[in-house]
Amino acid sequence: MINQIQRIGERSINFVTRLGVAGLMLVNALFSQPNWKFLRLVGLQVYNLGVLSLPIILVAGLFIGMVLGLQGYNVLVSYGAEQSLGTMVALSLLRELGPVVTALLFAGRAGSALTAEVGLMKATEQISSMEMMAVDPFKRIIAPRFWAGVLSMPVLAFMFSMIAIWGGSFVGVDWKGIDSGGFWSVMQASVDIHQDIFYGFIKSTVFAFVIVWVALYNGYYAKPSSAGISEATTRTVVNASLMVLALDFILTILMYG
Amino acid sequence: MGQLVQIRDMSFAREQRILFDNLNLDIAQGKITAILGPSGIGKTTLLKLIGGQLTPSSGDILFSGESVCRAKRAQLYQMRRKMGLLFQSGALFPELTVFENVAFPLREHTQLTEPVLQTLVRMKLESVGLRGAEQLMATELSGGMGRRVALARATALDPELMMYDEPFAGQDPISMGVLLKLIRDLNQSLGLTSIVVSHDVTEVLEIADYVYVLADKTIIAQGTADGIKSNQDPRLVQFINGLPNGPVPFHYPASDFLKDLAAQ
Repeated sequence: MINQIQRIGERSINFVTRLGVAGLMLVNALFSQPNWKFLRLVGLQVYNLGVLSLPIILVAGLFIGMVLGLQGYNVLVSYGAEQSLGTMVALSLLRELGPVVTALLFAGRAGSALTAEVGLMKATEQISSMEMMAVDPFKRIIAPRFWAGVLSMPVLAFMFSMIAIWGGSFVGVDWKGIDSGGFWSVMQASVDIHQDIFYGFIKSTVFAFVIVWVALYNGYYAKPSSAGISEATTRTVVNASLMVLALDFILTILMYG
Repeated sequence: MGQLVQIRDMSFAREQRILFDNLNLDIAQGKITAILGPSGIGKTTLLKLIGGQLTPSSGDILFSGESVCRAKRAQLYQMRRKMGLLFQSGALFPELTVFENVAFPLREHTQLTEPVLQTLVRMKLESVGLRGAEQLMATELSGGMGRRVALARATALDPELMMYDEPFAGQDPISMGVLLKLIRDLNQSLGLTSIVVSHDVTEVLEIADYVYVLADKTIIAQGTADGIKSNQDPRLVQFINGLPNGPVPFHYPASDFLKDLAAQ
């Protein structure tokens, strides 16, 4: 009994310590003066994290949109409400699927890559050598990756939703023969810039913040061994994905509850 | 001549294992100071403590009279501009060329124009004999070449203090000779202060002005190279002559092996 309480206490202290360390890392990384060198580094990371994630995001978006279109059509057609397919596809993508699925894919594609990259830099003493060259790794390594992730993901989520809506229209309009004018005009009438597009953007920004933070923390504090880096990469994908899903529930309550 | 680095009553423990207990050590300005000791004694840790990458549990470390342990983050980074550390692994950036690796600290800390920067980098590479390799990727270098590039990079900002972590480990005789010459020449030509941490006794004693020998969490001997060679302390005699049996145990502390076997 005493041992169990001791273990719970130890874990709680470890958790709070880790949270403190992660918070300090974020503060050190974020409070830096932007200059052209920093912007160049952010640009490079936007390419690594954002542009290189585009293929997986676009392909996944297309298929999810087509499946959504087909499933939606099958249900709506039995009520004679297939004209509402555009609304259904657009709202479910902009409010939920766009930000959430992009975040899950981003955690798997970019989050794991970030953890592995930073973890390996640490294990091969590159970060140590940077510190000894008086270059702050929080500002040189962590901050550009953080900002690049936070900037890229909302754009990726938006592109995901766009191509998925096109996938939905491809199935609904081109294949199942719903009237094109109806499909698009009903969608246009029911999608609200603030309620749907802006809230979706907020969601994906919050998810990006969490994913990149988790990924960078796990990489920076990974054990400097191959097993340590592999464990850290797995932890990034699992923790970031679960946090995204939990946060989605909380944000949905706050926005639409 | 003054002391560039002063370590005062410094203790350091890692995961309940005490590495240093009330250590006192001075590094004289303009000299090559060697720190010798068997593997696992904490020699690399000592360099990281001097560089402020680790914090001692008690005591103080002074660099140019300023405390490294109590310095704020910005202050510490200012101090590090005057330090260079040659890592045992080299720690080069694998995605950059040799040229870009050496240019890295200059690009980060100076506003030099590209032609001036190129000249400076080539001068540094020439001093380690690798100007011809500037376009090679860091991953294409042999271990010895990698260490020489890392040396050029560590001296790029003309530091006051240069620290070498096991510079001769795993080097062939030619590379070892080249590195020995480089350390000595750089110390003289750039007016550096050098700390060489190593267990390659013969090589280090050749170039060191002053030597500390670490064992058992503290300094067991210090003096000039000749003084160390003639010291009759049994621990030192065992270490310098590479004898397996003596007061310094070869085995990591463990229970009696025969008893363990019998118990099984």
